[in-house]
Amino acid sequence: MSTPENLRYTKEHEWLSDVVDGVATVGITEFAANALGDVVYAQLPAVGDTVTEGETCGELESTKSVSDLYSPVSGEIVEANQDVVDDPALVNTAPFEGGWLFKVRLSEEPKDVLSAGEYAALTHSDN
Amino acid sequence: MSTAPRLTALDALHRSLGATMTDFAGWDMPLRYASERDEHNAVRTKAGLFDLSHMGEITLTGPEAVKALDYALVGNISTVGVGRARYTHICQEDGGIVDDLIVYRLGETEYMVVANASNAQVVLDALTERAAGFDTEVRDDRDAYALIAVQGPESPGILASLTDADLDGLKYYAGLPGTVAGVPALIARTGYTGEDGFELFVAPEHAVELWQALTKAGEGVGLVPAGLSCRDTLRLEAGMPLYGHELTTSLTPFDAGLGRVVKFEKEGDFVGRAALEAAAERAATNPPRKLVGLIAEGRRVPRAGFPVVADGQVIGEVTSGAPSPTLGRPIAMAYVDAAHAAPGTSGVGVDIRGTHEPYEVVALPFYKRQK
Repeated sequence: MSTPENLRYTKEHEWLSDVVDGVATVGITEFAANALGDVVYAQLPAVGDTVTEGETCGELESTKSVSDLYSPVSGEIVEANQDVVDDPALVNTAPFEGGWLFKVRLSEEPKDVLSAGEYAALTHSDN
Repeated sequence: MSTAPRLTALDALHRSLGATMTDFAGWDMPLRYASERDEHNAVRTKAGLFDLSHMGEITLTGPEAVKALDYALVGNISTVGVGRARYTHICQEDGGIVDDLIVYRLGETEYMVVANASNAQVVLDALTERAAGFDTEVRDDRDAYALIAVQGPESPGILASLTDADLDGLKYYAGLPGTVAGVPALIARTGYTGEDGFELFVAPEHAVELWQALTKAGEGVGLVPAGLSCRDTLRLEAGMPLYGHELTTSLTPFDAGLGRVVKFEKEGDFVGRAALEAAAERAATNPPRKLVGLIAEGRRVPRAGFPVVADGQVIGEVTSGAPSPTLGRPIAMAYVDAAHAAPGTSGVGVDIRGTHEPYEVVALPFYKRQK
């Protein structure tokens, strides 16, 4: 299971990229994608929506279940990944790359994020 | 109080294959090995290998085994020939479905009943009680068998390379004892996937050896291990009912659209007869909700328990739903009021977490294999 070093993570299995010009990219981890199974439907927040750290902002539906999508940060949505809406399987095949979910202009620094090492330790204990 | 889940004889093998395991009826079972969609498609186009050791086998032997079964079940078991199998139900006195079963006639006076894992104990208890007045022995064989299924168009070829048994002579819903890869097995041409395939009942100590032999035999033709997740989408596409979803104790076979499994013409009384006669009459005069197929026009997936709606009114309930890998769209089975049950009925939707998503009403099954 890969856990890229350059990302930050949440206990709810989202990842957060470096902040560039105030904007960060959000996705779910490979661990989460594996746990969900084949993702078949993604409801993502819309551009202009305000999201709040730790609150639900969409849902991911897999063959077996529906999972809430939490935002790891607070801010305004500046882009949702239309490729994932069109082909939700991208979340499974490329969770850290083409399967990113949305981009947020941060209104504040996230408080509750983990380093790659901390997240890896967490998911190993979850196993 | 927590009880440790039961492990099948293939447990270590599943883990070595990287399976995602899930609790199912008290058993730790493989949900999927990699992608459930790939497993589904492999079963439809090539072959899949399933561990179904959680199913509950109960054997009845003795001169009155068949009389006991005719009394205990709604089917006419006396018409089942040696080597054949029959799909049937076991019902309560009030006609409610306790479980759906396959009964194999293994010999002149030997029958094996296969119950769903979640109902195995209930069925065992009911059969034991109902058989008490007959000259028959009811044996709990749940630990006597591991069950491996090979399903899909390549399965006859795969199995033929490992057995001398006459597979061409083995019809659908038939079973015969034989040897597969040197292992004694009851070879049954049954399954739950909508494909041609076989179920192999073997002693648990032979399960790993048989699994590995089948894996090797299927290497060149695309056989993959397949988990319960794809088994569910396969059976859903094939329109096959699942206990706890389409079948429950609150429905009679007539309410479930399976009245044909009830054989009133058989000799003697059987458990549920009076209630089922009344249910048959009710169904004829006042049609109950009908089990139909629903195909999504959009992409949101209906789940069991979601209301089916038309003109803002609830007209039914989804019993099973999933994205269909074969159709490429979400599908569902649902019980709906007779007035909305005709294929092509317009204006039917499913309430998906507050949004009424449009659905097309179709006849079941969604998928039928080309023979």
